[in-house]
Amino acid sequence: MLDSAGVAILARRHRYHPLEAVPWLAAVAAYFAFPSYLPLGAQILATILFALSADLVLGYAGIVTLGQAAFFGAGAYTAGLLAAHGWGEPITGLFAGAAAAALIGLLSGLVILRTAGLTLLMLTLVVASILYEAVNKASWLTGGDDGLQGMQVWPIFGRYPFDLFGRTAYFYCLIVLFLCWLAARRIVHSPFGRSLVGIRENIRRMHAIGAPVERRRLIVYTISAAFAGISGALIAQTTGFVGLTFLGLDRSGTVLIMLIIGGVGRLYGAFIGVPLYMIAQDRFSTIEPVYWYFWIGLLMVLLVVFARGGVLGLAERLQSRGEPGR
Amino acid sequence: MVDILSAAVDIAFNGLAFAMVLYLISVGLSVTMGLMGFVNLAHGVFAMAGGYVVTSLMKLWGVPFPLALIGAALAVAAASIPMERLLYRRFYGGDELDQVLLTIGLAYMSVAGATYIWGPLQQPLQPPRWLSGPIDLGFRSFPAYRSFLILCGAALVTALWFGVERTRFGARLRAAVDNTRMAQSVGIDTSRLFMATFALGSGLAGLGGALGADLLAVNPGYALQNLIYFLIVVAVGGLGSIRGPFFAALLLGVADTASKYLVPEFGAFFIYALTLAVLLWRPHGLFGRA
Repeated sequence: MLDSAGVAILARRHRYHPLEAVPWLAAVAAYFAFPSYLPLGAQILATILFALSADLVLGYAGIVTLGQAAFFGAGAYTAGLLAAHGWGEPITGLFAGAAAAALIGLLSGLVILRTAGLTLLMLTLVVASILYEAVNKASWLTGGDDGLQGMQVWPIFGRYPFDLFGRTAYFYCLIVLFLCWLAARRIVHSPFGRSLVGIRENIRRMHAIGAPVERRRLIVYTISAAFAGISGALIAQTTGFVGLTFLGLDRSGTVLIMLIIGGVGRLYGAFIGVPLYMIAQDRFSTIEPVYWYFWIGLLMVLLVVFARGGVLGLAERLQSRGEPGR
Repeated sequence: MVDILSAAVDIAFNGLAFAMVLYLISVGLSVTMGLMGFVNLAHGVFAMAGGYVVTSLMKLWGVPFPLALIGAALAVAAASIPMERLLYRRFYGGDELDQVLLTIGLAYMSVAGATYIWGPLQQPLQPPRWLSGPIDLGFRSFPAYRSFLILCGAALVTALWFGVERTRFGARLRAAVDNTRMAQSVGIDTSRLFMATFALGSGLAGLGGALGADLLAVNPGYALQNLIYFLIVVAVGGLGSIRGPFFAALLLGVADTASKYLVPEFGAFFIYALTLAVLLWRPHGLFGRA
């Protein structure tokens, strides 16, 4: 017999909540409200996907990583190289970026997921550093320090060319993000996703009940890498540039920070943290680019000490305070 | 034949000097990780601070080099105590993600703070006259500063190991690493022990950063640029071990120097591959316990 109350809880979780429409409505509204900020908007949308990929691996599988930029950069360079060498078709570029990133995720995951804690953290950094070095040394192909030049991205479906105002780019990123979000949502609410949460919460018990822990961690690591690759490819195609910073530690650290500001393990943290961070950066970092890091660092410390769970965590706490008896 | 031998001696010599610096900086990180269960990604900040203190003391006030070194170690150790009490302590043994975020935040702040105080440029270390130039040992000559680095490192390593094996503080420390709860039960004040250990580790890192200022350039991005080296030393050595990181630092120092000397076109690939290989073979590091 199924426990009907338990089934009801799971079913309710899976059902779409009206609040989930808010980010998408906001994104469409932003298109009409801020027409001069569409290039930034497209970058924000693509970065949300990057943060979403980090949320899958960090928030759901509990793997703390400092190497997510490896997959982001792999996707970006794959799409970028294709576009610079005569194949500028964007959709296949995205798939190629996803495939390259997933392959690197799978191969590196086979090695690094055998470890835990600080060693795992260090190895994620090593993987990103290996890619960074490889791209840096292969400057005949990648442009090295100067970045990849000369990308030619064709119109989407041969009909919608990328324009200077970022209109096409904005909708392109929005649609790709939406599709990926649907996929991520399905994964998270599937039995597979629930077992990931189980692994995060109590890995020993999951081992004990016979769950294939290693394989599931590897699968989610690979999926997350693919999403990060798509995100990198999106940014490469919409900005027409790929550089070494795409693979740097800064990029991996920043995506964690953006995710934490929003809230980890919620699938929506990325939708709050990334716009907050990137809009603030756009406003303030032009004034004092170096000191931006000081304030971000301070914010990190304060968030960890006082506001675990980010904006969504705070909202949840306020909400549960309003409901007596919970 | 003579060339090969001479190259091998060069690599061993410079690798050893680099290994000493890496060990002094990383041993504190290994102990915080093993003893307090704390991932301190901001550990490099202590080394950077040591480098800045020593260069500033010498440049601004003309403090003699040995005194400036001691000053750097003491200043960094003293500065680390309030940080431990106010920030780090509450996260011991806690959620890894919190620790990572907290310490990345601190590392970011250090980048901006160092730029604000010392500017974006590298601070060069000017060794005193008796340490610049070569020392002639008869069969060949060695750079004096690196020789000093190796001797200093060897003396400190011996003192550290002696302290851990032979003193009461060392016995308590070993007890707490082996079994913190049991150590508490027999009356060891682990909170104060953690504080003292943390300060010692930070002071050593400060000293390592000061001594190694011409190997690892003192600039605002120090803590993040060199993070991977410190993490490799700790992970390959084995978390919580005091000897492990020494052999890991030796391996990394010599391998890094050799790869730069022999195959510069491969960059850092060699050490990354070596790290992956060692950890595939022994996931808990060379001296780690499963």
